[in-house]
Amino acid sequence: MLVSLFVGCYNDLLFPGTGQAVVKVLERLGHTVEFRSAQTCCGQMHYNTGYTREAQPLMRRFVEVFRDVETVCAPSSPCVAMVREHFPKMAREMDDAKLLAEVEALVPRVFEFTEFLVKKLGVEDVGAYYPHRVTYHPACHSARGLHLGDIPYRLLNKVHSIKLIDLPESEECCGFGGTFSIKNADTSNAMLADKVRSILDTRAEVCVATDNSCLMHIFGALHRERTGVRTAHIAEVLASTEGEPFA
Amino acid sequence: MSIRIGKASEARTFTEAARDSLENSQLRHNIRHATHVIRDKRGKIVGEMPDWEQLRDAGSAIKAHVMRNLDLYLEQFEANVIKAGGHVHWAGDADEARTIIRELIEQHGGKEVIKVKTMTSEEIELNPELMAHGIAPYETDLAELIIQLGEGQSSHFVVPALHINHLQIQQIFKQKMPLEEMGLSDLGEKPTELAEAARRYLREKFLRVKIGVSGANFAVAETGSLVIVESEGNGRMCLTLPDVLITVVGIEKVVPTFQDLEVYFSMLARSATGERMSPYTSIWTGVDPKDGPKEFHVVLLDNGRTRVLEDEEGRQALHCIRCAACLNACPVYGRTGGHAYGAVYAGPIGAILMPQLQGMEHSQSLPYASSLCGACYEACPQKINIPEVLIHLRSQIVQEKQSHLGGKLSGENLAMQLMRKVFQSETMLRTAHKMARLGQGPFVDRNVITHVPGMKAWTETRDLRAIPKQSFRDWWKQREKEKKGGRP
Repeated sequence: MLVSLFVGCYNDLLFPGTGQAVVKVLERLGHTVEFRSAQTCCGQMHYNTGYTREAQPLMRRFVEVFRDVETVCAPSSPCVAMVREHFPKMAREMDDAKLLAEVEALVPRVFEFTEFLVKKLGVEDVGAYYPHRVTYHPACHSARGLHLGDIPYRLLNKVHSIKLIDLPESEECCGFGGTFSIKNADTSNAMLADKVRSILDTRAEVCVATDNSCLMHIFGALHRERTGVRTAHIAEVLASTEGEPFA
Repeated sequence: MSIRIGKASEARTFTEAARDSLENSQLRHNIRHATHVIRDKRGKIVGEMPDWEQLRDAGSAIKAHVMRNLDLYLEQFEANVIKAGGHVHWAGDADEARTIIRELIEQHGGKEVIKVKTMTSEEIELNPELMAHGIAPYETDLAELIIQLGEGQSSHFVVPALHINHLQIQQIFKQKMPLEEMGLSDLGEKPTELAEAARRYLREKFLRVKIGVSGANFAVAETGSLVIVESEGNGRMCLTLPDVLITVVGIEKVVPTFQDLEVYFSMLARSATGERMSPYTSIWTGVDPKDGPKEFHVVLLDNGRTRVLEDEEGRQALHCIRCAACLNACPVYGRTGGHAYGAVYAGPIGAILMPQLQGMEHSQSLPYASSLCGACYEACPQKINIPEVLIHLRSQIVQEKQSHLGGKLSGENLAMQLMRKVFQSETMLRTAHKMARLGQGPFVDRNVITHVPGMKAWTETRDLRAIPKQSFRDWWKQREKEKKGGRP
């Protein structure tokens, strides 16, 4: 299958390894990946901060870039949630029937990376090897936004030599919330402190999630406190093999 | 007309007020403990309901229908209250409501009233008005009594004293209750002992005071009935023992038919306290010469509600049945408690209700008091899409700010406009990547940034991973080039 990768603006700049890991996993499974370089950002940050009008041209661009593809796969649930939950609403509010029709046609073809593997491709064992003690943080947008449920766990459970430890109070938000982490930094930190405590309680080496936005936040405290716990995107875990460790 | 919701117009911003709460260790402990206990109970009890999602849809549909036809149902309700021997008063704002209630009490020569826990009374600041006119209001809900005696502030609209633990309650009771007169030589810290003290303190008032004031959970248009759902039985006393009963209820509380209550009774207690049903559900219709109050008044309160109704997206905030499940689920409320919101209605629902009720000039910080994690939406029995309304309100705030020069030139707006431009062009995006990489140079140490000017809010407590040398798009470009060049 030809899979068009939407990497996400923050992954593009800050976490290129995640995009590379997605490419590696999909190619290992025998699929062809394309990357349309005209892609930029889904507009979620603008939209969630109240810059609705500014998000509109970004949505338009997203639709223009991807409207003719078979499948879009994105290693970022906030971006996919933006497309699914907010694009149709935005298009309706813009009163643009053509755009709305294009959005509605595109939405069912946009998948988050782990749901793409399990739901669309029907794969759980991707042949990964990751000999580490890992805990999984269900990001808000993957758990409550996209209702991924046990999908990421099913993938992680099939990774060879992994030791997966349940995260206590796993579905509590880490306190990132985009601009929330800056605008209400004190409250955000209070939330982060509890998340870090839960992670440390698992004695994991690595904290894994479907989203680098949460992981960037969690890393911020794990590293500042020199906990020695690292963070890795789930794609990077799934990309790792016995011969070629990824993350 | 001036819409005032408690003291919200004088409140500090959420961000400022939250700092105090976050540093209060005892408050943090009490709130975490209490919200988690209720949350866990709710989870179990809701889990028993196979048709929970259908109930949510039904509750939401009934309210949406009511909001579209509010005028009709309110008039039907009014006619049926009058038919049953009650009196109906319409209050446009808090001042009107307070005056109506105070004058009714004064007409009966009342110097004291007993009160059932009512949020509308908090909203219109009834107690200060009554006290200023020499009328003593006695709160009879245990938690409200604790708050009233302790001269504190409610922090949760179902469990107002959630932030206070039993040892603190013991101290308040010891200081404020005439224990000896009540026949108690001393007061222990056990919940049963504290409840016994409250019972003795209140029982005498229930039997003596002739005027009761209440709110209502629901108003039934079809019958003119009012409903109160409560746990302690103090409500039943206040609704049945006095000669005169005055009920102040928000106009959004009306439901069309008696049967509609079935949906809400299935959800309210489960969502609020994690109980299958509340111990006391009182329903009354007008007056009856054989039993209960001889005179009944209902004050229908607007106080900004019709303004909220104008906004088709924001109006779902009026569907709220005040169960506070969203507060107990919210990770922000769970850290700051209710006081940080500076509002009668705190938590996620307060964050969408307060700015709308009072107009966007107040409570502007509240729509930002959320990480948009979605726990509130998931918990809401009325399926109010709180995150969506928060974004909607943020968008109104942003557009209002952009309408004047100061807002246009704000750092946030400039940054957002710049990023919008950058994201509209691949060339500009590549340039921006280069500049960001170049700009971080002086601050990177071992691939991490621990301090960068203008980012103190982040870097004060959190490190930042440095921007890697190669972006994904550059890696991809290089890979494609190598493929074409035939290199491995």
